[in-house]
Amino acid sequence: MEIVTVSLELSGPEASREFIEAARPEHPSLLDPTHRMDTLFGVVNIPNVIWIDERGTIARPPEPGWPGAAAYPQSLAERLAERARLAAEAREAAIARGETPPMDLMTQLGSGQTRDGYADALRDWARRGAGSAYALTPDEVVAASQPRPPSASAAAAHFELANHLWRAGHREAAIRHFNACHRLEPDNWTYKRQAWSLVGNERVGGEMGRLSQAPLPGEEADWPFESNFDADVARLAPGRYYPKTL
Amino acid sequence: MLVDTLDVTPARFHADTGWEIKPEGACRGDVCVPLPDGFSLTGAAERLGMALVEEPAHGLWAVGPESVTGRALVSAEAPELELADLDGRTWRLSSLRGQKVVLVAWAPY
Repeated sequence: MEIVTVSLELSGPEASREFIEAARPEHPSLLDPTHRMDTLFGVVNIPNVIWIDERGTIARPPEPGWPGAAAYPQSLAERLAERARLAAEAREAAIARGETPPMDLMTQLGSGQTRDGYADALRDWARRGAGSAYALTPDEVVAASQPRPPSASAAAAHFELANHLWRAGHREAAIRHFNACHRLEPDNWTYKRQAWSLVGNERVGGEMGRLSQAPLPGEEADWPFESNFDADVARLAPGRYYPKTL
Repeated sequence: MLVDTLDVTPARFHADTGWEIKPEGACRGDVCVPLPDGFSLTGAAERLGMALVEEPAHGLWAVGPESVTGRALVSAEAPELELADLDGRTWRLSSLRGQKVVLVAWAPY
């Protein structure tokens, strides 16, 4: 079995290089600056995993998948712990006021597909192939792939324009097309996270730059997008960010 | 697919969208969609449910992916995927035919 990793990042190879080189992959590690994984396969978030058998037939369409339990670099782990502490305080304060407590962001992100069992399912398919309980039939694969209404096609077209215009330095036109894309296909998180991270990275920089995907406190009026990570995740029903498919 | 003219050849359409223009219509894998009026970009896009979005200030049109079946995958046959690595070397998914492949999409954000 061959693993192939694909980075969905439009702003050039350097943004992905340090992660690829740190992982020292022995498998193909590729760059997908125009998000062809979205249009060709229906990838809508990262990480998304696709299983393809020896004949080139897809055995599972894109779905959230991980090699095991979450392991974050220390700086991110500390930031997430601080976020969890603030969320716990907000929750207790809401309960004290007699209100329904808000869903914590990390609880929300972890409420769908479970991380721990995914690699075991993949190993089972590696051993048993079509005999694995996790292998889908071709009809099931198509039916389980993402819905593609005409609006999703239009979203992809707007994303392609935004991507091209951003790289060419036409920032205002790019943001106009990013916003149109996000309105048309709000369930595609790579289109949103990609766009938010470009501006977040400009404003925050450093190793956390691209993970900054919402306006900084006090800068809300200066955020060019109609959406942002924190607000959009907060609006989701539990389990919808990384939907359970296994 | 990004174009600066709507006058696009069938070969370019095939290269950019994966849909090959054949006598029976626009085909990908085992799926063919008839094109009774022959090939034109606007005609094929309409038949395949591909959005055509114009950016007049920059003289560009973007053609979205097919939506004719209502699903992101029109068949379980994996489409060809051609991408480059950090060193600019081109790689094709079809080069791994005969092995199981696990494609993992990630990003630095």
